[in-house]
Amino acid sequence: MRRSHVVLVAALVVAFAMLLLAGCGGTTTTTTAAETTTTMAAETTTTGMAGPSGDPIVIGAIVSATGPASPLGEPERAALVMLEAEINKVGILGRPIKIVIEDDQSNPTEAVTAVNKLIQQDKVVAILGSSISASTLAIKPITEAAGMPLMALAASNKITEPPIDWTWRAPPRDALAVGAALGYIQNTMKLKKIAVLHDENAYGASGAADIAARAADFGLEIVATESYKTEDTDLTAQLTKIKGATPDAVIVWGTNPGPAVAAKNMKQLGMTQPFVGSHGIANKSFIDLAGDAAEGVIFPAGRLLVPDSFTDPAQKAIVDQFVAAFTAVTGNPPPTFAGHAFGGLTLVLEAINRAGSTEAADIQKALNETKGVITPDGVYNYSPTDHDGLTPDDLTVVMIKDGTWVLAPQ
Amino acid sequence: MTFDQFLQYVFSGVTTGSIYALTALGFTLIYNATDVINFAQGEFVMLGGLTAITLHEVGAPLALAFVGAVAIVAVVGILFQLLAIRPLHSAGILAQIIVTVGASLALRTGAMLIWGREALPLPPFTGDAPIKVSEATILPQTLWVLGLTLVIVVTLQLFYRRTLTGKAVRACSVNPSAARLMGISYSKVVLLSFGMSAAISAAGGVMITPVSFMGYSSGAIIGLKGFAAAIFGGLGNPAGAVFGGLALGILETLAIGALPMSGASGYKDAVAFLILLIVLFVKPQGLFGGRSVEKV
Amino acid sequence: MAAPAFLRRHLAFLAFSIFILSAPLFTGNIYYLSILAFMATRLMITLGLNLLMGQAGQISLGHAAFAGIGAYGSAIMTTRWNMDPWLAMLLSAAFAAAIAGLIGVPTLKLKGHYLAMATLGFGEIVHILLVQLKWLTNGTDGIGGIPSLAIGSIDFGEPQMFHWLVWGVVLIMLRISLNLVDSRVGRSLRALHRAEVAAMSLGVNTSFRKVQVLMVSAVFASIAGSFYVHYVHYVSPVSYTLTFSVILVTTVVIGGLGNVWGAVWGSVLMMLLPEYLKRYNQDYTLLVFGVMLILIMIFLPGGLVSFKTLVAKMRERLGGARTASATGPGPTGGS
Repeated sequence: MRRSHVVLVAALVVAFAMLLLAGCGGTTTTTTAAETTTTMAAETTTTGMAGPSGDPIVIGAIVSATGPASPLGEPERAALVMLEAEINKVGILGRPIKIVIEDDQSNPTEAVTAVNKLIQQDKVVAILGSSISASTLAIKPITEAAGMPLMALAASNKITEPPIDWTWRAPPRDALAVGAALGYIQNTMKLKKIAVLHDENAYGASGAADIAARAADFGLEIVATESYKTEDTDLTAQLTKIKGATPDAVIVWGTNPGPAVAAKNMKQLGMTQPFVGSHGIANKSFIDLAGDAAEGVIFPAGRLLVPDSFTDPAQKAIVDQFVAAFTAVTGNPPPTFAGHAFGGLTLVLEAINRAGSTEAADIQKALNETKGVITPDGVYNYSPTDHDGLTPDDLTVVMIKDGTWVLAPQ
Repeated sequence: MTFDQFLQYVFSGVTTGSIYALTALGFTLIYNATDVINFAQGEFVMLGGLTAITLHEVGAPLALAFVGAVAIVAVVGILFQLLAIRPLHSAGILAQIIVTVGASLALRTGAMLIWGREALPLPPFTGDAPIKVSEATILPQTLWVLGLTLVIVVTLQLFYRRTLTGKAVRACSVNPSAARLMGISYSKVVLLSFGMSAAISAAGGVMITPVSFMGYSSGAIIGLKGFAAAIFGGLGNPAGAVFGGLALGILETLAIGALPMSGASGYKDAVAFLILLIVLFVKPQGLFGGRSVEKV
Repeated sequence: MAAPAFLRRHLAFLAFSIFILSAPLFTGNIYYLSILAFMATRLMITLGLNLLMGQAGQISLGHAAFAGIGAYGSAIMTTRWNMDPWLAMLLSAAFAAAIAGLIGVPTLKLKGHYLAMATLGFGEIVHILLVQLKWLTNGTDGIGGIPSLAIGSIDFGEPQMFHWLVWGVVLIMLRISLNLVDSRVGRSLRALHRAEVAAMSLGVNTSFRKVQVLMVSAVFASIAGSFYVHYVHYVSPVSYTLTFSVILVTTVVIGGLGNVWGAVWGSVLMMLLPEYLKRYNQDYTLLVFGVMLILIMIFLPGGLVSFKTLVAKMRERLGGARTASATGPGPTGGS
């Protein structure tokens, strides 16, 4: 028996050595500033405008492509894959880019392993991710310690609370979306009593906490708060309790399919209160699932959903191009989350381009000086203390009408 | 809680409870035949719903999609037994249980690759105009779920008590070696049990999809609750499984109504599991557990 | 001759110790070290669970909860109450042991799947409390800013130092487990696993012994949770779900139930295999992983540690033609 374990120890050594080798196979060479400049110089002299060449600039991305948050992570990944090909037609700093995408399976532990791999194996110059707040908060200490620029794709307010030397955010944070929803209820709908129904996952709970903290600022009274698990089959019980509290409007904060079940259940219970959702339902799937019950649903979202609402022609041009390319590749218009990935990548690449360097310190400096960069989520102005970059004006309120998105009546 | 609210909670509980019941029934069939707890049971529910959606999409009428999905998933269950469980026959119960864990991972991921990440809808069998009972409302689909659950349970009982095959199945679950001596093919009985178990869970999946949609990951929580319901009612007892499922569903929704504070729904599962634990401590064989407890 | 005898007896343990403790000398790569660190915390839990399942014959589907108690105990006590991390780890482990004792007394009377259900219920309730008791646990946002472990001026936040610390603790636990199995306690445990009535008639207090093992395994899991949070510096409830409990049980059975080394090989496989598979296609990872679990169980029903039986069987089939040369681990042994 004992000897067999010696053999097993040997097997472990072999197994681990193989992992080391497999890892080395995927490793790309480190890009130093010297190399960058030489490559660029070589390019300007020899290749001219003939497309990118040389070692690629490696960007890391951690998305939740599988697991409970996969409806968020999958479109983000699709967008990144598509964008890599698009960008490589021209390149950045004359070099192609390579996006190494890791799946954290909606699990913070996996995200930690992934971020270490990206930094150590793939020698990335910046990291996008993760799709969910828990994973992002788990990797943030690592990127901060390593001096690695991290462009967060998740919404929790905590992500851009100090320390933020190396952390920026692409999507609008919870507070912006909540503010847009509550502001609409107060100013346009002119209602007073609200009920909150939220998913118990991080997305829903974080939004609900923000609503609870700020409802009073908008002159709103919360008369009931109930929650559900993402896969709960029926929400009539929660809604029955909410109905008993007679709210003027029901806020449903969650990602699919929960809010669609809630919309149908409200119809079944004869609840006629307005359904105010979150940007978590900013995708075609919600309309497909809820069907008739989706009609009249109102939610805050980036302007990406209603491309015609872009007043800035530059932003409209970018968004149109993105929508067309994404639709061509995936067959669906891009959901908000795809827009986050597009925005995050744009912000990082724009900073690298402006810095003329892939050195972390240069990217950091350039990101902090980001001014007026346009993405589907809005116009970004970062500063050393503001790593969110967006203002409430970048969000709009959308209504579902005849199975499509229109700007909600003001 | 007014009476109308109470009624509404019960309706809501019965809807989800029926699915727990059918899943629990699936657990029971496999457990009775093999002593295996099938961690892939929820995956059968999910596969049933998603297969029906696809069949309906390619043009099959709902009834045909229902039958087709049930048949296809039954075949999946039989193949699962043949390919993964049968080779382990002599390896012990625990190895077989771990195989079901592997199968649930594989089936769930396979479903994600086939049907994508988003949940998908299926139209209700007969419209979705709610029916009013006093001030509470119930969907026609819920009546379908209840009615079909009843039909399945009664059919199963008739099968067990009136048909020769059914009696053979029961004989095997009581005493496999004696049954074998009587010339009953144990391996055929096990195969049949897997097929029926998968079919019943798949039927539950098809019925609930118009109410709650179906996604690749929907099976996990239903499997968990179905297992709880099966234990609650006394593992191995089909009638107990059905009772356990309905009771669990109603307990969850009543917990929302009965707990006075706001946000009570966050604790609904905790309340249900707490009651389950208390039942287990007081009555370790479950509410209707007839068989010996010491089964491992 | 005493020294060689000692060496032979402890060869596996010594070889494993030397290998694992020297790993940081060969690589300072944080990616590999982080995989090893997570493997270490996983191993701590499965060593305890292996004792419970293999020696006492009790399935627990709630062990994620004990790890969660350790993780959250450490997180809350160090970030909120500024407690010393080591003291926090100790108190969390004591708390986990107390809870294990509390639920063990009524639960361990239950047998087989009923016990599995009871522990599952316990695990679900703990998970729900982690999500819902926001004033204490900060809900799904989780707790961040958890400090690194340190002794005096030695900072275990440094990956290599953490490696030596966490694997040092694993080796101690491994040694405890190996000794326990060989001891009188171990024998009485196995007795109660095989024939409870006979064990009782021999004067073994079966319930007491079982509760003891449950408490030991809860302490192992809790310590693993504490180490995890001091390494990751962040904790959220999504890490402590039923899925994790099921994976823990799977790890033990895949490795080899009842053999202490089974926990080691199970943890190695369950950590490295998905990491490998990911290199090829991340979407298919869990599909292939699930199928591989099935195949391993079919070909090695006794778990990875039973590969020797498989090799022997294959050799038998080959007619013993090449008896001398076949010392390798066989096709599946090295995975």
